[in-house]
Amino acid sequence: MTEAQHLQAILRLGDDALVLGQRLSEWCGHGPILEEDIALTNVALDLIGQARNLYTLAGSREGQGRDEDALAYFRTDREFQNHLLVEQPNGHFGDTVVRQMFYDAFALERYAFLARQTVDPDLAGIAAKAVKELQYHWGHSSQWVIRLGDGTEESHAKVQESVIALWGYTGEMFMADDVDVACAEAGLLPDLEGVQRAWSVRVADGLSQATLSQPEDGWMQRGGKQGIHSEHLSYMLAEMQVLPRTYPNATW
Amino acid sequence: MSPVEMNLEARFEAYVAEDKKIEPKDWMPDAYRKTLIRQISQHAHSEIVGMLPEGNWITRAPSLKRKAILLAKVQDEAGHGLYLYSAAETLGVTRDQMLDDLHTGKAKYSSIFNYPTISWADIGAVGWLVDGAAIMNQVPLCKCSYGPYARAMVRVCKEESFHQRQGFQIMLTMAQGTPEQKALAQDAFNRWWWPSLMMFGPSDADSPHSGQSMKWNIKRFSNDELRQRFVDMTVPQAELLGLTVPDPDLKWNEDRGHYDFGAIDWDEFFNVIKGNGPCNKERLAARVSAHERGAWVREAAKAHAAKQAERRAKSSTHAA
Repeated sequence: MTEAQHLQAILRLGDDALVLGQRLSEWCGHGPILEEDIALTNVALDLIGQARNLYTLAGSREGQGRDEDALAYFRTDREFQNHLLVEQPNGHFGDTVVRQMFYDAFALERYAFLARQTVDPDLAGIAAKAVKELQYHWGHSSQWVIRLGDGTEESHAKVQESVIALWGYTGEMFMADDVDVACAEAGLLPDLEGVQRAWSVRVADGLSQATLSQPEDGWMQRGGKQGIHSEHLSYMLAEMQVLPRTYPNATW
Repeated sequence: MSPVEMNLEARFEAYVAEDKKIEPKDWMPDAYRKTLIRQISQHAHSEIVGMLPEGNWITRAPSLKRKAILLAKVQDEAGHGLYLYSAAETLGVTRDQMLDDLHTGKAKYSSIFNYPTISWADIGAVGWLVDGAAIMNQVPLCKCSYGPYARAMVRVCKEESFHQRQGFQIMLTMAQGTPEQKALAQDAFNRWWWPSLMMFGPSDADSPHSGQSMKWNIKRFSNDELRQRFVDMTVPQAELLGLTVPDPDLKWNEDRGHYDFGAIDWDEFFNVIKGNGPCNKERLAARVSAHERGAWVREAAKAHAAKQAERRAKSSTHAA
């Protein structure tokens, strides 16, 4: 594992957290029930907090004076390396909770490894806090998928559609590239095959409790980790980055 | 009114006059109950609608720290809405009824939220001025005669004072920033100053509910009194920021020991209340749309809970 790969691994973790946190924050004030405005905002806050910690760590490792905001606001979509799943639009509430459940199941496994046994003690510190948050997130997202799946006929049909639509974005999380392989060998990141096994058990159980059927594994979309995103990310970044890029000399 | 009721009402008034708290199961005059339902639900609606103008900038907050703070702040507003709806429910009205009144335009919310937040500096101005004015209005409510409302307000006020500080902090950073930032801050101040003064409501002479509410210890200070306090508190803060109060008539009055300020445009106030503010239609439409788009989710949650209860009942029958 090179230093550049080590840095890239931390940035990727941060990008997943920020992009999903940004998506969830779009819900604030528009949730289906007041309690969900609070809950979705809470999850968004946790994810943005994780991103800040990870970017700060990445910036200090890089040693070129980039802080959390330089990394969040002054990189282009081609430089973001989040998974395609987390940048997908919120859609309806069912789409949002399914996307969240797929991510939470993945992140929980990944961060449990980081908290327990990564060779980077600073990363382990960040992960130890994140794991507690992710357990709550998983509880929230999986419970909602169960409620919607095992709710009314309408909700069952809608959320089944969400599962089908988002399934094709789950495979990318387990496709190891050079960075993943090198970092796993060095003990920085978990082995993705193991993460996938745990993810599959967790998700299959959630879907079955929700009386939803699991799609066949067909073609899986990919590219996020290489900075080749869906059309959605550029719009999201344009919105998110507008102020610092309009007033590059300002502090806020 | 029957002699029994007259007796109850006299006892109620004596009780309130002694500054004691009325609790949900205590007898209370119908008009007192209605006034509280109107005021508390209006307050709750204001928290919920108030999430929209501030939420408007969450995705565009200029730093991750500001984003996190703003998210937390708007989340607090949702929390305030939640416990205010709960406080109103103790008076025998349901959240669904209250939301229905909001969505059909029967219930009001604070008119200030019908103004747009068109720049990031507006988020500073809203926190500093709007939350500042809200605190001025709300601190006395911590001692209001209705127990659940008073207790909810203690918590609300604590959080609001954090909100006001974060708004002031945004203004301070911008006022001390680049010339462009300072111009944005002044522009936001110009647009939010007068609407903030209107938040205290019409002058005492034209305030329809004030007299009775004062007598019931729901309201403790007059609209004009609170407005004056707000002006006296805010003008020195504006000076500290290096911003100009957009009122040529503003000056310190040595004799009164207060600032004199210019005439408020009450036509604008009543016009916005009537529905002609820049964002009345959008705000209400956003609330209605969130509610309608969420209907299937709420129904599913109910259906699932019913299924779960049924399963539990079945399994306990089997066990027995």
